[in-house]
Amino acid sequence: MAEKFDVIVVGAGMAGNAAAYTLAKGGLNVLQIERGETPGSKNVQGAILYADAIEKIIPDFRDEAPLERHLIEQRVWVLDDSSYIGTHYRSEAFNQEPYNRYTIIRAHFDQWFNKKAREAGALTICETTVSELLLDGKKVIGVRTDRKGGEIYADAVILADGVNSRLAVKAGFHAEIQPRDVALAVKEIHFLPQETIEARFNIGEEEGVVIEMAGKISAGMMGTGFLYTNKESITLGVGCMLSDFKQQKVTPYALLDRMKSHPSIAPLIAGSEMKEYAAHLIPEGGYNAIPQVWGDGWLIAGDAGQFVNGIHREGSNLAMTTGMLAAQTLVELKQAGKPFTAGNLAKYKRKLDDSFVMKDLKKYRRMPDIFHKNKQFFTTYPELLSKAAQTLIRVDGVDKKTKEKSIKQSFVAARSRLGLIGDAFRFWRAVE
Amino acid sequence: MHSVVCIKQVPDSAQIRVHPVTNTIMRQGVPAIINPYDLFALEEALRLKDRFGGTVTVVTMGPPMAEAALRKCLSYGADDAILVSDRSFAGSDTLVTSYALTATLRKIMESMPVDLIFTGKQTIDGDTAQVGPGIAKRLDYQLLTYVSKIVDVDLEHREIRVERRAEGGVQLLKTTLPCLITMLEGTNEMRFGDLDDLFRAARYELKVWDRTVIGIEDPETVGVKGSPTVVSKVFAPRPRSQRAEIIDLQDDSPKNLASTLLARMFTQHPKLEREIAKRAR
Repeated sequence: MAEKFDVIVVGAGMAGNAAAYTLAKGGLNVLQIERGETPGSKNVQGAILYADAIEKIIPDFRDEAPLERHLIEQRVWVLDDSSYIGTHYRSEAFNQEPYNRYTIIRAHFDQWFNKKAREAGALTICETTVSELLLDGKKVIGVRTDRKGGEIYADAVILADGVNSRLAVKAGFHAEIQPRDVALAVKEIHFLPQETIEARFNIGEEEGVVIEMAGKISAGMMGTGFLYTNKESITLGVGCMLSDFKQQKVTPYALLDRMKSHPSIAPLIAGSEMKEYAAHLIPEGGYNAIPQVWGDGWLIAGDAGQFVNGIHREGSNLAMTTGMLAAQTLVELKQAGKPFTAGNLAKYKRKLDDSFVMKDLKKYRRMPDIFHKNKQFFTTYPELLSKAAQTLIRVDGVDKKTKEKSIKQSFVAARSRLGLIGDAFRFWRAVE
Repeated sequence: MHSVVCIKQVPDSAQIRVHPVTNTIMRQGVPAIINPYDLFALEEALRLKDRFGGTVTVVTMGPPMAEAALRKCLSYGADDAILVSDRSFAGSDTLVTSYALTATLRKIMESMPVDLIFTGKQTIDGDTAQVGPGIAKRLDYQLLTYVSKIVDVDLEHREIRVERRAEGGVQLLKTTLPCLITMLEGTNEMRFGDLDDLFRAARYELKVWDRTVIGIEDPETVGVKGSPTVVSKVFAPRPRSQRAEIIDLQDDSPKNLASTLLARMFTQHPKLEREIAKRAR
């Protein structure tokens, strides 16, 4: 006899756990289905946790959640082959509780988050893949899994099955994701003694540093790199648009190897033991890539809905927030005794539009396209900036006025006067 | 037919490291799994249940976190699961573990007789292969170790025939029930449980038995105090193989790459070159 639930949540990542927790807290009968061996075992993220989103769901998460370090310093580096030019922002304000951002290990964090959902009353089953949605006409009425006796029914299904949502594509909710709308990111976790990490980054116990990187580490492709300090390890990685990898025939691991041997990065991980590597697709299509995320008996949350703010490196907080909003929509409808029809579920869209999620994504809606078409931001400018800094800082008997002139000339020679103005305008349009 | 499968939750040894200074095993952050050999035992018990009906009970002695291992066994199709857990058990050696598990089995037998006890051939963390035989001895059961196949079971005459892998061949053995079997690896493949089993496992109210439940009164007889075994030293053996050499050979034609590699190989192994040249002729 097939079981029936109020809601089935597909996936136990940030969006899925946020949804399952919120639904269970709201008194709904929830089944959560995860394909990995445990929640988090398949999930890949940098990973930085932004306190705000999880705080709205579990206010006292700091007391129990497995957190690595709270971040007190943000570095932004623009690299060429041998140098970086950048800014470091470190503030004692980030050392005041409650802390704002943390590094986390997803495998640990997701298990905790899922435990909270189960304690709230959700039922989670793992190692089970949802192969397709069960439809009655256009209405989703349940899921079919890869297990024997594998049909389960529900009044609504939340798809939180990640960036490449096969279920949504199969059901015709949206088209296949396109290589130019996703980045392929690779990362490694390097283990070092805690004291070594703290000495290298000039930080105390529990304090952490983030380095965001752009420039030639992406080998001319649209992409960025990152380095995060965990308690006893350093996570570093690089991600570029899949379409660029395809076109330039660069292999991701070679890109990461090159990044690790960069003279500014190699000393930070020297003597470490690499224990884990992972690759993952990140939705980077922005606002214009977001499909319709609700319909008769279904909602989409998290990466599956392409909810990622690429320029600000925000994804998991959008996932949690969309998962929570999707769940709240269902809880409110259920409490009002209304069915989960497409018309009623449109409430989810209104909630999204009112939240920072859609407001931020809308603000940067032009960015992906502009960066796709203007690779000079990833190649020419990093080099020019580095050369300019080199010229200015090196003391070699050349007078400063001549130095400034030569810097100016190098910019004009590379991009032309009109090109520079155009680039400035395009950059502004991208982030406006 | 009632089979009891004794399992152990172990750290995934593929991911374990020995601390370079203190020489202790670093368990932190290493995922816990069901001892892989025990899964062959469980699957064999489930197959017998498929053939003859009955019950499969899974037992483990361990800390509260071992619950996850038991739930997994339930999701594969086991009927019942018992966690034997008590603070006083910490540090038990194989002698004490077999003592406590025997007490547990006796307790199980009070409500339902046991026909077969299964264990894996050994665990991957201790590698002693002593607990199974220890239980058989204490219960005065027939003992069949390193079993590769259960040929048949005759419930009427209470007999079982198994294949046992021994040095230089396979033995066909017959004995009487009840008996204890330690299962060899690679003998079967763990099934993918039904959805119903998964739901049952997620909702199952686990039985947790402490020392007094299984009738062991004296805490001095278990744990570190009851264990005569002393681990005097743990150390990681030096890796024997040399590190692989990475040769940078970019921007060359495949043919040049191949001949460079061959030339390098042949300088180190001149015999190999002569051998290949001989065969080429």
